[in-house]
Amino acid sequence: MTQTPTQTAATTPSAATPSDRIRVDLQLIADMVEPGTRVLDIGCGDGELLAYLKRTKNVDGRGLELSNEGVRNCVAQGLPVMQGDADRDLLDYPNGAFDYAILSQTLQATNRPREVLGELLRIGRKAIVSFPNFGHWRARFDLMFHGRMPQNPNLPIMWYETPNIHFCTVRDFVALCKDMDLVIERSMVLNESGSKVSLGSHSALANFFGNQALFMLSKKG
Amino acid sequence: MSNPAPHSRRALPGHQIVLGDHDKLRLDSGIEFGPFTLAYQTYGKLNADKSNAILVCHALTGDQYVADDVHPITGKEGWWRAIVGPGKIIDTEKYFIICTNVIGGCLGSTGPKETNPETGKPWGLDFPVITIGDMVRAQTMLIDHFGIDSLFAVIGGSMGGMQVLEWCKSYPARVFAAAPIATSYRHSAQNIAFHEVGRQAVMADPDWCGGNYLLEGKKPARGLAVARMTAHITYLSEPALHRKFGRKLQNRGGITYSFDHDFQVESYLRHQGKSFVDRFDANSYLYITRAMDYFDLSVEFDGRLAEAFRGSNTRFCVISFSSDWCFTTAESRRLAHALNAASCNVSCVEIESDKGHDAFLLDEPDFHMVLSGFIEGAAEARGLK
Repeated sequence: MTQTPTQTAATTPSAATPSDRIRVDLQLIADMVEPGTRVLDIGCGDGELLAYLKRTKNVDGRGLELSNEGVRNCVAQGLPVMQGDADRDLLDYPNGAFDYAILSQTLQATNRPREVLGELLRIGRKAIVSFPNFGHWRARFDLMFHGRMPQNPNLPIMWYETPNIHFCTVRDFVALCKDMDLVIERSMVLNESGSKVSLGSHSALANFFGNQALFMLSKKG
Repeated sequence: MSNPAPHSRRALPGHQIVLGDHDKLRLDSGIEFGPFTLAYQTYGKLNADKSNAILVCHALTGDQYVADDVHPITGKEGWWRAIVGPGKIIDTEKYFIICTNVIGGCLGSTGPKETNPETGKPWGLDFPVITIGDMVRAQTMLIDHFGIDSLFAVIGGSMGGMQVLEWCKSYPARVFAAAPIATSYRHSAQNIAFHEVGRQAVMADPDWCGGNYLLEGKKPARGLAVARMTAHITYLSEPALHRKFGRKLQNRGGITYSFDHDFQVESYLRHQGKSFVDRFDANSYLYITRAMDYFDLSVEFDGRLAEAFRGSNTRFCVISFSSDWCFTTAESRRLAHALNAASCNVSCVEIESDKGHDAFLLDEPDFHMVLSGFIEGAAEARGLK
């Protein structure tokens, strides 16, 4: 019933060597980034994506990360990262300072996702956003048949402890982009292992079978 | 390279150089000052293209002996031996490290205890008031003397961090990487207040003699010791003091109903004060604390700190310590935000530690890991092998 990860549907292999493997969903983001550009990775964790972009695409990358441990690990690798959160700490960055502002698996944990999305496209020419899709069949199944909030490997934390406070579905997100007058340049849905699912990303099927969604956005005009 | 200082009071190990003979040092107060002496230490070798120099800036009561085996006065190790040395984070086998005693200091650089050539007497309070900017301008003259256009890194904690930031503001093209540690872009009201307590303690000591104690053959040891005791408390944290001393008594079974040092913490502070006066000049303490008080990088930009760093290509690593209440993480974050606003390359890390402000001098593995990663990353970007 679930989408099996199919190798063919996964990433378009870039120039990466086998030792350059990163998490599949991060690889999909990395593939969207042009070489030699300026990137801000918001919620950069331990710097896996930033380090990869620096190594393989000569990207001038910066990071913002909430956890002290993450920041420490990044800086210890020589990555320029500062402690901060997406809700509060994007305001200082100048307009158009980056080619890409990346927000991976973090939008649903922000206090004001709409404002954060606006900030991403103020700071970056393009925004790359990924989030867990609450419209996935299993989430619907959990609610409909168990009457429980969904829990799965992507959303492993109980409702009362989860930092994820603003869940949305792919269709909700598309509606928000429309409302904000944003251009969806690329979009795809991913299965549980983070591989791309070959379904039209705006389709009802994608909203049903996509575990995560990945969008590249820009402003009109 | 090391000219003997004409008015040095005693021979100290390391180098001394007379600067500002022809082109004087223009102080922020408007005074043209010079010639003056800078005492400094170097470690390691300058490479052929002079691209591997690191300037380490010392804190209020620090000095140029950053990585010596034996300090000429205290007999202890250099103050940052944990960080600077062969194979260490600031590797003396890879980099050329320079550390100067600041102007206004008391370990060989021209300061209030040295002789005023015009009077033949110690400067005392006739010494001009100096600023962090003046300290840095004096350092640039030494860096020019070495023929170094661009320093690989400028690194320092506390007042050393202020010098780092001053370098980055005034000479951005000469700083490839900067690590301001446990510091701020301005001295806070609380820190100015503590400094004022220290200065008043010195000046209230009758042996201070209006600043002329050297001429009078006296030393305001009690006042300076109290100043140091007060300041030392601000460098620690309550948890660190509690862990170290708690309410433990000093070599006695119970309290003595007197003002003797019943508590270990009292005994410790008295020792800190007493040992400080053996190595530090009271007037230098007044001048250097004043320099810190006057420091505010944003003031010439009407408070818009980001303007101080506009267009800078320096890579910054701003480091603070969670229990440091002298130079808080909040201040570091304000600095980092300004650097972001100026589109600078900046890392900003808070290190979890209960050791207070002094943590930057101590063995803090997370701090060392971060600083090491930053320096290695910068060295790679600079093409240093």
